[in-house]
Amino acid sequence: MDILIYYTSWLLLLCGAFFCAVGGLGILRLPDFYSRQHAAGITDTLGAALLLIGLILQAGLSLVGIKLVMILLFLLFTSPVATHTIAQAALQSGLKPKLAEKERDG
Amino acid sequence: MSNFVDIALLAFLALVALAVTRTLNLFATVALTGIYSLLMASIFTTLDAVDVAFTEAAVGAGISTVLFLATMALTTSHEKPHHHHNWAAIMATLITGSALVYGTLDMPHFGDPQAPIHQHVAPHYIEISPNEIGVPNMVTSVLATYRGYDTLGETAVIFTACMAVLLLLQRDRRGGNRNVMAVPDADQRRGGQSMQHAMILRVFSKFFIPLIFLFGLYVQFHGDYGPGGGFQAGVIFASGFILYTLVFGLEKARQVIPPRTLQALVAFGLLLYAGTGIATLVMGGQFLEYKALAHEATHGEHLGILFIELGVGITVAAVMTTIFFTFAGRGRS
Amino acid sequence: MSDFWGLYNYWIAIFLMMVGFYNVIARGNLIKKLIGLNIFQTSVFLLYISMGKVEGGSAPIVGAGISSFSNPLPHVLILTAIVVGVATTSVGLALVVRIKEAYGTIEEDELIAQESVTQ
Repeated sequence: MDILIYYTSWLLLLCGAFFCAVGGLGILRLPDFYSRQHAAGITDTLGAALLLIGLILQAGLSLVGIKLVMILLFLLFTSPVATHTIAQAALQSGLKPKLAEKERDG
Repeated sequence: MSNFVDIALLAFLALVALAVTRTLNLFATVALTGIYSLLMASIFTTLDAVDVAFTEAAVGAGISTVLFLATMALTTSHEKPHHHHNWAAIMATLITGSALVYGTLDMPHFGDPQAPIHQHVAPHYIEISPNEIGVPNMVTSVLATYRGYDTLGETAVIFTACMAVLLLLQRDRRGGNRNVMAVPDADQRRGGQSMQHAMILRVFSKFFIPLIFLFGLYVQFHGDYGPGGGFQAGVIFASGFILYTLVFGLEKARQVIPPRTLQALVAFGLLLYAGTGIATLVMGGQFLEYKALAHEATHGEHLGILFIELGVGITVAAVMTTIFFTFAGRGRS
Repeated sequence: MSDFWGLYNYWIAIFLMMVGFYNVIARGNLIKKLIGLNIFQTSVFLLYISMGKVEGGSAPIVGAGISSFSNPLPHVLILTAIVVGVATTSVGLALVVRIKEAYGTIEEDELIAQESVTQ
């Protein structure tokens, strides 16, 4: 059972790191501000959440584990709100999203 | 090669500092400064300085960023591009840098337990602090007891900074409602059409601001047993008020906590700290000798640390909030 | 080569110090100068905290079974320094706001030009 928890937590930690790296790559390579927000959101929620769950598995049921659960909850609350606020501020300042070109018919 | 994480983080730090130099857009520079502070906080954590990391994250990435943004709202958001390199400055920097690197060649290696800094005073404190004061967090015991004068002076410095900012930036309010807020609240931008969009932020803040204050109280009183203490708690409290101001507007925030009350609290915290010292004098000890406050020595120490940390927390929270209100209230007239 | 890794922390601190120093003396914008000053301050913090670390030690909080601690004295010093740093930064920023209101600009060369005209 311990081995199972150990390896699962390692897998989750590696996945979390992978998603953080993917998010970073997305921020660099995506063409438009709003699509970059998607990439930033991946880092904040998915990457951080997987890392934290991996750590929770390693900490077990202790004070440290409970604190990690609380950190996870707060992170899941605040990251989407932050991303939303940034995108909304950009929209109100007049930054238009880059849309696909209209298809020509005929 | 002892700590790969340490090495990588320090390299990132150097890169971010270079990016700060090269960026001309001040908004981007301030965001980079926030990243720099958070990286610094992570490095402090890997260097076992948990209290310092806490303070750096709260102060550097929180309050500093907000103050820079408030200043930029009142001044400008772009730096003028410079067309030629300043060779004198580069030469001065290189010469100073080389001299300092030459100086470090004699320094003890990183992590060396035999370094001179770890002899004499520090082992003495580490040995006797758990018994004499009974507080597990040695940084708190040194800060509040062994180096209590320094902390009193530091609280006085924060108080003075608040006075300086008030003197420089406080608008005369006798002119009625002349001061347009430099911080428009989330409803009033674009004539109210943002009402439903601001709702997410409003609901979120109403849910989270009490939690922020609760966490601030936890940090304040738990500073004896874990990382924490007056400074961190004061900054966290101030962040709660600043969040409220940013979402609901300066007028509502001024109704929630009137500036006069804030200024009274700024003075009260410092008075509480100095007053504890006077109380120890009255009880028969020396200035800030907490042993004199109670019959048993460790009990007196705990009581003394509690009062002065409370004083520091109140002053820091009130000062940071006052400074932010003053910047936000400067506005356009 | 062990010399390099043993002194790597201090050299990064000196590099940051010089970046901050360059920002203060070579950039004309007052806000950039204050940011440079901030970077300078934090590099000094890094230097002190690096000096306080003990190999194999833990954070200076007494707990069960811990025998070696990192030095708490630099931590206390730097805690004070961080808060004093933000206090001075806020006073500096207040001065920048007043300068902008009085002169209309926060670029150093334009300020000097205005000063020399009025003399």
